[in-house]
Amino acid sequence: MDSPRPRSPLFKTTMAFVLIALAATIFADLEISTIHPWVELKRLLLGVVTPDFYATDNLGGALVYTLAFALLGVAFGNIFGFVLSLLFFSRIVRTGCAFVRSVHELFWALIFLQLFGLSPLTGILAIGIPYAGIIAKVYAEILEEADPAPLQAIPEGTSRASAFIFVRLPDAWSHFKTYSMYRLECGLRSSAVLGFVGLPTLGFHLESAFSQGLYSEVSALLILFYFIIASMRVWMRRAMLPFYLVGAAAILPWGLSFSAENIWRFLTHDIVPYPLRTADGGDVMANMGAWLHTMLIDQALPGAIATMQLTMIALVGTGLLTLVFFPLISPLLFKRPARTLGHAFLVVIRSTPEYILAYVLLQLWGPSMLPAIIALTLHNAGIIGHLVGRYTETIKLRVDACTGIRRYGYEILPRIYRQMLALLFYRWEVIMRETAILGILGIMTLGFYVDSAFADLRFDRAILLILVTALLNIAVDIISRRIRSRLRLQTSMEVQ
Amino acid sequence: MTWLKRTFVLSAVVTAGLFSATAMAETFVFTAIPDQDESNLRTRFEKIATYLSKSLGVETKYIPVKSYAAAVTAFRNNQVQLAWFGGLSGVRARGLVPGSRAIAQGAEDVAFETYFIAHASLGLKEQKSFPTSIKGATFTFGSKGSTSGRLMPEFHIRKSFGKSPQSVFDRVGFSGDHSRTIALVQSGSYKVGAVNFKVWERELKEGKIDVSKVNIIWRTPPYPDYQWSIRGDADKNFGAGFTDKVRNSLLSMTDKDLLAAFPRSAFIPATNADYKPIHDVAKSIGLID
Repeated sequence: MDSPRPRSPLFKTTMAFVLIALAATIFADLEISTIHPWVELKRLLLGVVTPDFYATDNLGGALVYTLAFALLGVAFGNIFGFVLSLLFFSRIVRTGCAFVRSVHELFWALIFLQLFGLSPLTGILAIGIPYAGIIAKVYAEILEEADPAPLQAIPEGTSRASAFIFVRLPDAWSHFKTYSMYRLECGLRSSAVLGFVGLPTLGFHLESAFSQGLYSEVSALLILFYFIIASMRVWMRRAMLPFYLVGAAAILPWGLSFSAENIWRFLTHDIVPYPLRTADGGDVMANMGAWLHTMLIDQALPGAIATMQLTMIALVGTGLLTLVFFPLISPLLFKRPARTLGHAFLVVIRSTPEYILAYVLLQLWGPSMLPAIIALTLHNAGIIGHLVGRYTETIKLRVDACTGIRRYGYEILPRIYRQMLALLFYRWEVIMRETAILGILGIMTLGFYVDSAFADLRFDRAILLILVTALLNIAVDIISRRIRSRLRLQTSMEVQ
Repeated sequence: MTWLKRTFVLSAVVTAGLFSATAMAETFVFTAIPDQDESNLRTRFEKIATYLSKSLGVETKYIPVKSYAAAVTAFRNNQVQLAWFGGLSGVRARGLVPGSRAIAQGAEDVAFETYFIAHASLGLKEQKSFPTSIKGATFTFGSKGSTSGRLMPEFHIRKSFGKSPQSVFDRVGFSGDHSRTIALVQSGSYKVGAVNFKVWERELKEGKIDVSKVNIIWRTPPYPDYQWSIRGDADKNFGAGFTDKVRNSLLSMTDKDLLAAFPRSAFIPATNADYKPIHDVAKSIGLID
């Protein structure tokens, strides 16, 4: 008699997450409220096949600015991230990095717009600061995981500096380069999206064109955007980088000034809670209590619940869709012509910023949670599907391995499952950051309340809500790390 | 390590660039809130910049912004000295910049209106009093910071129902701009919406509205709206009498092509006091602290 085999921890964790997501889905608002959604979709599709490259005024400028902000922002993130990665043994540095990366670049942009206005510094720092936090962590991990053998081979008495520069760095350098390229791709997406809040990048025109239903213009802008990303490996040469950076710095409109006075006022006055700022004896405590009640109970709490709800649904959705997407590019399942199509498909959906995808779906279906779920799921499954698909290239099957659906179920799935879960848990925190941001589009996540606070010029409220968002994000990061270490999930492929 | 060296030299160049940014020539800069037909904003407003450059004798530049809040912030931070604001954004901006003044408004802005519009499936006709039957429907405002698309409709909703819009309606959204509000109600994404009457009338004339799908159900009482506001330190920075010169230039703008950018038939004088009602309404519904 066999006793029932204990369920594996992987299975239990998976089921727990699926159940949470199901519960979240039951309470989610998934209505398609548009009465004639297909009319608009038809116009959109017509626009896609009739791109109009002459509709946008100052299109060249928008393209160049998109590149310039991305290049300078990622360069900034790289330099500071590298320096911080060397100090990553310090708890303060680690916590600081965790904090700056827990705030999405769009939120950083909204803050910096207050400090520096439309000065280029806003765009560069909005990308550079959170990226420095992410890059510091990734580089620190790369340095930590580097092969220790060369270090043991160096003679006694070698200084720490030479040991670092000549032994540890060369090994890590190629990883840094690969990761920087990935980061630049992210930077281009971020840069484009920053236009949605007012920076003069492609997103600026995309938002205008979308909101007016000028889909031929939308199509042209997106084609240009995909072209930049797809051709990155051609134009992004190391020897050219200095010229690109100088060019980028030279071309940005530095003429817009900002003053220390504004920055000081924002930091010492604007973000101080209103009841404290206007305190004149009286009922400061009572007013502060009422203010906190409004903020935490009426805004932060419902916002946080919606954010978590959407995050969990999107995370599990991403997992399910990854199972469908990764075979498309796996040499174990498809022959080359089919895979090429699969690659093209995954490139397009992962290059489309989830923000833009959600925006399109919102226009088509109306403002429920559905557009956000679909957008996040598609975009993230595009990324993880790509990574898992590539991973299957390293799997060696027996010559007589079964084929077709059996090969998928019995040979491949068990081999990729840990890897996929690891990637998903890495991505969890990223999905959450994106979820919060979709609030700017009108889904009632934390971003909605943050955006409203900025629209009302109530920066005290905005900063408090951003802090809540950041804390939630850090909490998810910690839980994810615990689960990964408990399940011993590791991946060599970063997807931050 | 030439690579590292190059990077350092470059970051030095970039840093130097940053600091030189604070030293710049005195250019008069203005902006305009984007609340309708955002296409070719630059083309439309650069004509205004050319006109102002010529009539003021000072180099004048236009910078486009994406939101009402961005326009207010740019004004507050002195990145623009003159702005075409809505009623509410103007009140907010002038509250943040001591000494700043409303100097001109459109002839139409003295008595501006908001139209409540509804999808035909609700079967509502236009009526004289506030249409309380919209309770429980879905509702979209325009931009969160708009006077005609947010402030005034929210005021009337709260006055009629004694409750916040979120508790009156099944779903409340913010379309972002007036053209979008019309499109959303016309497509049925929202059953009811509140829209700037000028935008409604223009789109009606241009044939963009299908009156079998969407119609007006109520017109709000008139209130003051859009205006040009200028910073209080303009005279100090651009010479005595500069504010008057700007006002005169705006008031004497008669070219139809230029006025079409707003779109207004003419500009007339305005003062801060004209916008007291807007301030009071904003305060009463909690949009201003």
